[in-house]
Amino acid sequence: MKPPPFSYHDPRTTADVVGLLTSLDNVKLLAGGQSLMPMLNMRYVLPDHVIDLNRVDGLSYIREQNGALEIGAMTRQRDIEFSDLVRQRCPLMHGAIVQVGHRQTRNRGTLGGSLCHLDPAAELVSVAAALNAKVSVTGKSGSRNIDFSDFPVAYMTPALELDELLTGVTFPCWPAGHGHAFVEFSRRHGDFAIVAAAALIAEDKAGKVTRASLTLGGLGPAPIRASDVERALIGETIEEKRLRDICEPLGKLDAVDDIHAPASYRQHLATVLARRALLKAHQRITTRTAS
Amino acid sequence: MSETRTIAITVNGTRREETVPVRLTLADFLRHQLGLTGTHLGCEHGVCGACTILFDGHSTRSCLMLAVQADGHDIMTVEGIAPDGKTLHPLQEAFRDNHGLQCGFCTPGILTTLIELLRDNPDPTEEDIRIGISGNLCRCTGYHNIVLAALDAAKRLRQAPDTDPTTPSRNGRG
Repeated sequence: MKPPPFSYHDPRTTADVVGLLTSLDNVKLLAGGQSLMPMLNMRYVLPDHVIDLNRVDGLSYIREQNGALEIGAMTRQRDIEFSDLVRQRCPLMHGAIVQVGHRQTRNRGTLGGSLCHLDPAAELVSVAAALNAKVSVTGKSGSRNIDFSDFPVAYMTPALELDELLTGVTFPCWPAGHGHAFVEFSRRHGDFAIVAAAALIAEDKAGKVTRASLTLGGLGPAPIRASDVERALIGETIEEKRLRDICEPLGKLDAVDDIHAPASYRQHLATVLARRALLKAHQRITTRTAS
Repeated sequence: MSETRTIAITVNGTRREETVPVRLTLADFLRHQLGLTGTHLGCEHGVCGACTILFDGHSTRSCLMLAVQADGHDIMTVEGIAPDGKTLHPLQEAFRDNHGLQCGFCTPGILTTLIELLRDNPDPTEEDIRIGISGNLCRCTGYHNIVLAALDAAKRLRQAPDTDPTTPSRNGRG
């Protein structure tokens, strides 16, 4: 047998999960299993207890509330991919999710699992950063919300206490007609990106940028918002040559060196993919608002 | 010894009750406990796609699930595609006629993946097929005939409705 021995728990309620998390040591939460199961099969993790979240009620939903999309932690990536609401209200997420793994892994993989696994190049992690998402977590002392910018505390480490689980995520929607693009470079279709860029843009009637969000995943331990570029874009008219200048400083961002690519290559990708994403987002704008 | 549980599942239309160690993967359960060795194991960490089965009608890596998680669910393996022991399913005929098999190792995962793909998208483009099977690695690298077979199968299935071997999905999009 490949996975190491563990005790298996399949609670039905969030309260039961918190109870188990509070009373047990060395626990792993099993969501869609598309990352934890390989880690178990290869014995990278040796938990004494596995708590399976797949039978917990109430963690799978996609709904619109107060101009934001609320998505349950156990919502399958497949359900996000085929959701009309997501496609209409959060097209960036739709564009990103079709680049997450393959159909067979999206059928099982979940939003919450991806965010808590927190691979620095994972598409959904960059989407959450790009949209200023808030994650809702529940533990023994109740529920709290965490700004996604505070969620990664270290490489693949979310800001969750040992007794807490992620229950849902709120993604503020941008106004209808905004521009969006999720662009990534990977060696094979379905792989984690070496570098990914997520761009969101709104423009006024004259075509000048009124709001911009640019996120780069895969450079460091967590995706980063290129806030200098976001600020520099305000008031600009998007045009390729100008974008080249604005994105050039991204080539100086800190980047990791590893078996997949040297840091210098990642820095080069950051400038190129940011430019492509911003240009594509600009081209997709269908509504220019009065300034 | 490992903790065990008794599960009730439907495999290729037959309901079964089995006792399994909780750490047993669904793939190993199908192969070793049920003897359904048509489901192949290549990488055992979700990359190669050889172990793909249909879980409640959706293509799923069986190496990335525990057998206990299948309790109460419906599974179809490559053995469940043909309508009976003598007749091939149109998808299988198309693979035979187009030389879509080479060594055959990746074939079970590709067939189960295509059952879902062609059910959801009966008239796919070549690109749809290539993206659809991009999570299935063929070490013979002979994707050309696999794609031809899939396109041919789509044509045959459009002319022969009611050949979907999967049961209707119980949750989510069917």
